[in-house]
Parts: sequence; C-alpha cells; structure tokens
Amino acid sequence: MFTLIGGTAILALLLFFAIRNYAVQVAQSAQDNILGASVTSILDAAVIWDGVVEIDIPYASFSMLSTPMDDRVFYAIYQDETFLSGYPDLLITQTKDRDISFQTITHQGELVRVATASRTLIGKDKRTQIRVALAQTQDALSGTLDQISQNAALFVTGFFALATLLSFWATSATIGQLKRLTNSVTRRGPQDLSPFEKPVPLEMLPLVVSLNSLMARLDHSLSQSEEFIAEAAHRVRTPLATVRSYAEATLQRVDKEENRQAIRSMIRAIDESSRAAGQLLDHAMITFRADHLERQNIDLVALVNELVTRLTPIAEMKDLSLRLQCDEQVLFSCDPILIQNAVRNLLDNALKYSPSDGTVDVFVTATPSIRIGVCDSGKGFPEAELDTLATRFSRGSNAEGTIGSGLGLTIALDVATAHGGSLQLSNRPEGGACALLLL
Amino acid sequence: MRFIVTLILGLLPQALVAQAWEDRQTFNEGASTQVLRIISSTDTALFAPIIESFVSQYPYIAIEYLVTGTADIDRRFRANPDAFDLVISSAMDLQFKSANDGLARRLTNIAHPAWAQWRQSLFAFTSEPAAIVINRDAFAGHPIPNTRQELIQALRARPEVFRGRIGTYDVRQSGLGYLFATQDARASETYWRLMEVMGALDLRLYCCSGEMIDDLTDGTIAVAYNVLGSYAKARVKSKDKIQVIFPADFPTTMMRTAMVSSQAQHPEMAAAFIQHLIALQSSADEVSFPLPPLNSQLNQAEHATIALEPALMTFLDALKRKSFLAEWEDAVIHNN
Repeated sequence: MFTLIGGTAILALLLFFAIRNYAVQVAQSAQDNILGASVTSILDAAVIWDGVVEIDIPYASFSMLSTPMDDRVFYAIYQDETFLSGYPDLLITQTKDRDISFQTITHQGELVRVATASRTLIGKDKRTQIRVALAQTQDALSGTLDQISQNAALFVTGFFALATLLSFWATSATIGQLKRLTNSVTRRGPQDLSPFEKPVPLEMLPLVVSLNSLMARLDHSLSQSEEFIAEAAHRVRTPLATVRSYAEATLQRVDKEENRQAIRSMIRAIDESSRAAGQLLDHAMITFRADHLERQNIDLVALVNELVTRLTPIAEMKDLSLRLQCDEQVLFSCDPILIQNAVRNLLDNALKYSPSDGTVDVFVTATPSIRIGVCDSGKGFPEAELDTLATRFSRGSNAEGTIGSGLGLTIALDVATAHGGSLQLSNRPEGGACALLLL
Repeated sequence: MRFIVTLILGLLPQALVAQAWEDRQTFNEGASTQVLRIISSTDTALFAPIIESFVSQYPYIAIEYLVTGTADIDRRFRANPDAFDLVISSAMDLQFKSANDGLARRLTNIAHPAWAQWRQSLFAFTSEPAAIVINRDAFAGHPIPNTRQELIQALRARPEVFRGRIGTYDVRQSGLGYLFATQDARASETYWRLMEVMGALDLRLYCCSGEMIDDLTDGTIAVAYNVLGSYAKARVKSKDKIQVIFPADFPTTMMRTAMVSSQAQHPEMAAAFIQHLIALQSSADEVSFPLPPLNSQLNQAEHATIALEPALMTFLDALKRKSFLAEWEDAVIHNN
C-alpha cells in the first residue's frame, strides 16, 4: 500500500521534472529562434560601401525582441577585432560563418541568452568578418516557465491524488478478497480438506487452484497414512492373538515359578500391544468416518445399555459394579458405530483405572443437553493435565502400571467433535474421574 | 505670472552658477530637508502645476526642477546617474535606452497599462502628436495643407514666400527631433522628399522648440515642422496667429516618459512623484495637468503612437545613426 503510494509520489515527481525540463527546452528554443532570426537580419544588413562597413539595422530586428515581460536587449557588432557599435562590454565569442551559437551568460548582473553569429564580407581588396552578438534577458522565459511549472504541479498533484485513490481502491478490493479467503481457510475444521468453491477474482485463481491441489494431495496422503496405520494394526493384531493363545497354553504347562512369572509378563505385554492395535484401528476408522458421518436416528439409552451389558462380565472379573442411570429414551441423530466406539473406550478406561470393589457410574440424559457420562472411583485425572489428556498418545502421569495406548480419550474427543459436540473431563469431588461426552 | 517672477528671480543668481540649464527652479524651498532633483525637457510653465500639487501633498519635500534639451538630458544623466532622482524627457528612444541599460529603477507598486510602461521602470504619461505649425499670415488666401504631400506642394508653389522661413529641429542636437525624424523616415519616403524640398528653401534648424515657436509667432518663419502642437498652443498667447495641423497622412505621436534613477538619492519620493504624475494625467484636468494626457483613443490610433519597445534602440545604433545623419545632412544641408 505505502510502497504503492511512495512509488506514485516518486513517479509524480519524475513527471513534474520531466515536464519542466521539456518546457525549459521548448521555451529556450523559442527564445533562441527569435534571437537567431534577429541576429541574422542584422548580419544581412551589413554591406561594404567604399571599403567601409555599413550596417543598416532593420527596425524589425529589435522590434521582434519585444516580450510581455519587457526583457532587456543588448548587442555588440564587431568588424574583425574592432568594436563597431552596441555594447562594448558584451562578451562575444568566435563562431563559424553563418553558424549561430547560443550561450547563457551573466551580463550587467542579469542572466542573458546570447546569440552570436558572423559573416564574411568580401570588399574590393580584402575580406572582413562581421560578428554580431545579440543578448536578451530571460524574464519572459522564466515567467512562462513559472506558469508551466505551476500548471505541471497542478497536473502532477492531480495525477498523484488519482493514483493514490486508485491504489487505495485496488488494494482494498484485493485485500478484501484475500481476507475472505483467509477467513474461510481459518474457519475450516481440522479434518476439512475439501476444495474452495467460492468464486474469486481472476488474479487470485492460480492461488486458489494451487491451494486446492495442495488440499487434495494433503487429503490423499492423510488417508493413505490412516489406511497404512489401520492395515498395520490389523496385521499385528491377528498374530498377537495367536502368540497369546500359545503363551497361555505354555503357562499351563510350566511349573517353575520364575518361568510362569515371565510368561505372565509376556501375556500382559501382548495384551497391551493388542489393545493398542485395536485402538489404532478404531481411531483410523473414526478419522475416516468423521468426514462422512452416516447418521441414523437411534436411541442412545439402548446403545449404552447394550454396551454396559456386554462389558458387565469383564467388570465382574475385576469385582467392579457397573451402574447405569438413564432417561427413558434419548433419541439422537448420529453415527451409531462412532458413538459406540467412543462410549466403549470411555467404559474401557473406567474399568481399567477403577480399583477393585469400585463402582463405575454411567448415565445418559437429554437435559439440559444430550450427554453421556462415565465416572469411575479411581485416582481421578491429574488436575494439571486435564487440557492435554485427550491428545493422541498422551497418558496421565498417574497411569503407570496400567495397560493403555493413550488413544481412548482421543477417540472419544474425535467422535464428539465429528458430531459437533465436545468432551469434558473432570474429577468427582468424592474421588474418581468423570468423562462427559457432550453431544 | 508668479512663475515668470519666480523664474526671473531664480535665474538671476543661478545663471551665474550653471549657465548650461535652460531653466532651473526650486519649489517649496523652505522645506528643503529633502530635495528631489528632477531633470526634464518639459517647460517649467507646463510642469509647475504638477509639481505644486505634489508639494502640497508632501509639504516636507522640496523639488529642484532642471530643464534642458533631450539630448543634453541623456548626456548629463548618463554622466551622473546619482545626481538626479527623476528623469523626464520626450525623447522616448533615449529614455528607453537608459532604462534598458539599467539606469532606471524598477518600481513594482505602480499600476500602469503595459503599453504605457516598460519593465516597470519607464512610465509614459502624455500622448503628444507631432504637428506642422503654420503662421496663418503666410497662408492667407491659400489652402491650408493637411498632409505632408500638400505641404510639399504648398512649399513648391510659392518658394519666394517660404525661402528661409521654414523651421524644424536640428536632429543632430535634439533628441526629440531625431526621434520624430527617424519615425517619419520609417513610416514613409515622403519624409525625405519633404526634407529635400525644405532643404532647397534654406531650412532653419533649431535646437529647441522654444526658439522655433518664438520665431513662428513673430513671423520670422512661416512653417514649423514636427513641433509638439500642445507646446505651441501653450507658448503662444494670441492663438489665432498660428494654426496647428496634425498631418492626416500619418501622424507621429510621442509619449513623454518619466523614470526614477537607479541611483536616486530619494527613490521612495521619486516613486511617489511618478505615482502622482500618473494619477494626475488620468484626471484630465487641464489646470492641474496642462500636458495632453495619455490618449484614451489610443487604440484606434495605436499604430501612430511610437511604441515603447526595444526597436527604439535601432536608430540609436552608432552605425545606423551615422548613416541616417549623413542622409539627413545630404538632404537638408547639401542644398544650402
């Protein structure tokens, strides 16, 4: 913007000086023409009469030098080196015959333009050179120049103002479009890699096209990597199950206590890996489905109830009780597979972190908004990490010793976000962590 | 009459000091803390009212008014530009050259039409046509000539009447005479024919208008050529004795000009005087301004008025003047 105005200012100044310079040349050449004509007419009047030079200066020679500013006129006439008439103090230079030379000099304290010319006269027995210098002050010239400069200054100022206005308009138009584009980029969700569809000015088309192509490539490589992760997790999970069953079988056959211990640790590690692989799969699936939600109107209560029922045996194995508090029916349009996944991960976490004999409370309500809560009676979330726990692969600082990949809360959060909701983590006053899926 | 008395009283002692002046007067002498010196070619009688009204406005200023011929003004002023505050002359060409040579001070505060001033330094304040003035007695019973051509015919018709009874300026001595002669010569060849005819009739040459008009009035000469008509009218008491003719073929009109010396001792006062002069001429009051004011109908007769322009310097060129005078002498004196 300021570069543009600065550039215009420099351009305007250049223009002004160019016009002035041109005007100086034109005005000067006009004065030179008149001086030249006058000096020529004086020279033409020179004759040799009986060996004596006579110059009958035409009345028009000086008459044509009248100017509106009443410029002063000086002249000097020389025969060879002898002064004939005029102003003896006027400087006179050598010139070739019929060649008028022009100079600007100071005479009697004023700047004058001098035209000097000479002519050779051939007398009876000798050649003699007549030289005439004619000088004129430059008041009319500078008057004209001042006038032109004034007009040029006005013109240039107008040009500058217009250019500045134009640049304001051009920038605001372009910047406005850029701002709109920026806004639409900023407003996009993290998963939204769809191309920009809004019309943009022709000049910005290449930018938008390349932005769109970048988005497409990004989308492609993202889904590729998700697919890769899912594929990798799947390929790892199946052999892991085989290894686990072999390990369990081996455990039955081994009697030595230290060997059994080793195998149990092995099984634990296998469990951990298998769970992580499962969650990676879940996560990849969610990332994929989040962009293309398959919404159905379902009853959340029924969905959660089914999950609770399915997990009750596992809870009982750990001596945990699952308590479900629900409204009659909570209808919601959502992708049931995703919701199921999220709730299962939350329940998984609750079961994992609850101590034996603990209780896990699950509730589904429709008021004040649709929400599914899972609360345990464990150690609770570390207060300082409430904000960061839901990020990928992050685990609570108090989770050591518990199997986990750190993906559970991330999955829940992604599902909530895909449905336009959020995940709220808190600690119950009586102890235990609470995860609330706000839909 | 007062002026005549003053003139006589003034002249008695001064004539001894500076004989070179035609006239020399001091106005408002009592207030002579500051004396404005004016060198002029205009008769004191014609200029006195202008000075009087000026000193009545500025009572603390005394004015010394010095009268001499136009060529003499140029000589004296060029020799001592600091000796005079104001220069007033009818020789436009000499005045112009002085201004061109930087001897005139530029006055930026004076509003005056462009054609009546040059470079804000030379200001015209009268329009005075050159006239043929005749003594009526010599033309009794004969037609009065209205053009130069008719004058030539009249002179040729009765050479016995006019022999030795024709007067004009000696252009070698009079600046104004030279200006009129050169402008006439520039305008028409008739001028040379007239000069030859006059020269053949023993033309009398005068340095100054005063003597010429005196001789015309007392009948010494019958025709005066290129005199300022206004001057003649002012000088001659019995106006019916003479007749002023402005030639109808081509009139030559001069503008009296004033300038402030670049080395004036009292430049502000001098400028005030020029201001006064210009204001007075436009008042068109014959009592306070006895000279013919700048011609208001100048537009229609513009071609006839000698313009204030560099061309005025043409005939002042040494070579040109030499050849012009040679030709003039050839026409006028050769025949004597």
